[in-house]
Amino acid sequence: MLPDYALPGPGFLGGLLIGLAAALMLLGTGRIAGVSGLVAKSLALGGDAPWRVAFAFTIGLPLGAALVVAFIGPVPVTFPDLPATLITGGLLVGLGSRMGSGCTSGHGVCGLSRLSTRSVVATLTFMATGMVTVGLMGS
Amino acid sequence: MQTLIALVAGVIFGVGLALSGMLDPDRVRGFLAVTGRWDPTLAFVMGGALLPMIVAWRLRPALSQPLAGKRWHVPGTRGVTGELIIGAVLFGAGWGIAGLCPGPAIANLAVAPWAALTFLVAMVAGMALHTFAGRLGRAAGGGGGHP
Repeated sequence: MLPDYALPGPGFLGGLLIGLAAALMLLGTGRIAGVSGLVAKSLALGGDAPWRVAFAFTIGLPLGAALVVAFIGPVPVTFPDLPATLITGGLLVGLGSRMGSGCTSGHGVCGLSRLSTRSVVATLTFMATGMVTVGLMGS
Repeated sequence: MQTLIALVAGVIFGVGLALSGMLDPDRVRGFLAVTGRWDPTLAFVMGGALLPMIVAWRLRPALSQPLAGKRWHVPGTRGVTGELIIGAVLFGAGWGIAGLCPGPAIANLAVAPWAALTFLVAMVAGMALHTFAGRLGRAAGGGGGHP
């Protein structure tokens, strides 16, 4: 009974790859694949991973997306029309992820999978606030 | 070796984001639009991502150290703080407004570079605000420092 625009198959497959990448990071380097922390470390704004590790993971993300575009096909994206929307969202995501010690990857994937109380609370909180925000904006 | 592993992990993570539809801010906002045209795709992505990590957390105690490292750098179990909640509230609001979080925003540099860059410049400014506010707080002898 899923709507026809949903992508359960590709979503699950892509999710498995995201989880495998996070597992490789954890068992290989002993670190959490938390994107906000690794980006902050890449830019010398905090975080505790060695700079080279943080930077390598961060540049891997667009490289991976570029591989999909090159070998599989275009990735459809629809961004908000107004730059002000992107800027407001970006400021809140940057500040909030550092204050809350993590984002969708660190709390949502790495923390939930070990049932960390902090990550469960953070994930439920940002999902609820995200839903309220989209609801108020009239999607 | 750790650097190479991190690069490979980043690439696989980026491939996963692109395949899953999570680079599309409209689709992410669709998941959050529970009272509108709801798009459940993100729930499948989450489910897929949690499975390998549940296995990884179970394998970890069998390893005395990471495969390419000397010790584990896993966050401790600090309690739930006001800072955690306020941070998650701000993060969720920004996520809902733009439909982007840090991973997809960076991966989008390869797909929609100008829009991604607009978001990322603001995101880094937000991160810097936290870093420097924390330093000011510590310099003034206050708490609220970030570990």
